[in-house]
Amino acid sequence: MQRVAITHVAQSSGMESKESLMDFTYRVNKEILDKAGLKRREVGCIVAGSADIFHSGLSCANAFDWDGIGAFLKEGSRAEESAFSFIYGCMRILSGRYETVLVTALVKGSENPDNDPITSFYGDPFYLRPVGVNESVVAAMQMRQYLERYGVTEEQCAKVAVKNLGNALFNPYADRKRRVSLEDVMASERVYDPLKALECAPKSDGVVAVLLASEERAKTLSKKPVWLSGYGCSMDHFHPGDRDLLKGQLPAAAQRAYKMAGIDDPGKQIDVAEVCEPYAFQELLWCEHLGFCGEGQGGRWIDSGMPLMDGALPVNPSGGVLATNPYPARGLYRIAEAALQIKEEAGEHQVGKKVRTALAHSTHGFGGQCHSVVILSA
Amino acid sequence: MAKEEHRIVKGQVMVPYEVALGKTWSMFYDFLKEEKIMGKKCPQCSRVLVPPRSFCPRCFEDMDEWVEVSQEGIVETWVYVNMPFFAQELKIPFISAQIRLDGSDTGFIHQVAGIDLTEFEKVREIVKLGGRVKAVWSREKKGNILDIAYFEPVK
Repeated sequence: MQRVAITHVAQSSGMESKESLMDFTYRVNKEILDKAGLKRREVGCIVAGSADIFHSGLSCANAFDWDGIGAFLKEGSRAEESAFSFIYGCMRILSGRYETVLVTALVKGSENPDNDPITSFYGDPFYLRPVGVNESVVAAMQMRQYLERYGVTEEQCAKVAVKNLGNALFNPYADRKRRVSLEDVMASERVYDPLKALECAPKSDGVVAVLLASEERAKTLSKKPVWLSGYGCSMDHFHPGDRDLLKGQLPAAAQRAYKMAGIDDPGKQIDVAEVCEPYAFQELLWCEHLGFCGEGQGGRWIDSGMPLMDGALPVNPSGGVLATNPYPARGLYRIAEAALQIKEEAGEHQVGKKVRTALAHSTHGFGGQCHSVVILSA
Repeated sequence: MAKEEHRIVKGQVMVPYEVALGKTWSMFYDFLKEEKIMGKKCPQCSRVLVPPRSFCPRCFEDMDEWVEVSQEGIVETWVYVNMPFFAQELKIPFISAQIRLDGSDTGFIHQVAGIDLTEFEKVREIVKLGGRVKAVWSREKKGNILDIAYFEPVK
């Protein structure tokens, strides 16, 4: 069977860029092609990850994006969730049609409105938007249930922010760089009680590119290709009131990915995970759903030190989304960071243990309506 | 060379949309004008959905049966919103809550109010998971979700 690999990765800093979106996009794509020793005309096709009106202020923004990605005269496509862009790119290689695909996700969060007004437009104008619902509101509802149903404490949730912002100090591409203590997080403003300000992701700029190649081509392009070994995705109901917010679709997405990758004991077989946690407590809930710890055990899991940088299963050594949140690009950032850990190219935030298998996760929608899980292997 | 400037172009766009409610949601709003909260019942799984849908998203079957649900229910979860955001017309602080109305099988998202919201610690004493709340109607009905003004805790 055909295999697909990530051969190269390039990313921008998450901090506010003074460059135009087109130039900002071009720099990272130029960098990845230079790393691979490829000319633009040699790339098979392009899949972008970007979101238009609300995140770019441009309708059909991919029209504007193509030049900076180098897509001129090529087949191109786009998804708004960049983990989907990634899998669509992989499929173009697995189909046998292309030998190389460039997947690029981009946004300049510094240029558009705050996350809360943007995500309030996820809500329908009939029932949700008029009563003030946005992504943070639903996350806070989910957190309150998480605390009360399982007895996880607010401090245990806050520890995720302490860990991830601490890790981000070792990531030159991170946006929010600030060492915070448990007290800092707990004392930060209760913006959506029980959520505190430092438990909510910032809004970042970011361009990230991964070059995909067929097995044969990957071996000539890279000494250390990273292989796609599993993928799964699942969608939940749109209306948050139709679901149990603590029993979403991540277990289903993870099981699909694990089955494909031959993983039956994720806590032991996965060496590092990059998890999409726009809200601190969600990392704990998602780790439960990924099978890293048992139901309701997320608080004990972080207390145990397992997900720390030097722990048995480091989670978000890059600092995660709490440190850097280039909204539509954040899924592909997780995938790129997971690949860098396998390539041993993560620099100062390279985890201490040997990484053979890495998990990347992405989510969007209210309270994790949609989840994608990607398993990468050496 | 001149010092690097961070030059930007400012913009704000307002564009109109006209979004169809459809038959089911139009009827739901009409029922609200009569101070009735109506759900739709699925012929296959028997769940009662509020807000109603014309079809059951799980069974993927038409739902034709209207069922009136209670104006009282329990708080499944809630959040104390203390963060203003652009284009949000509600004044902070406010409480968003997911409420399971008696006789329904889904969470209905609305506001909890009718109590002093200024002191958060006091609010926490009154608003609780599993606590009962009751719909309070707006005097003037406009045929939208805010015809229910809010839900207030039942003493």
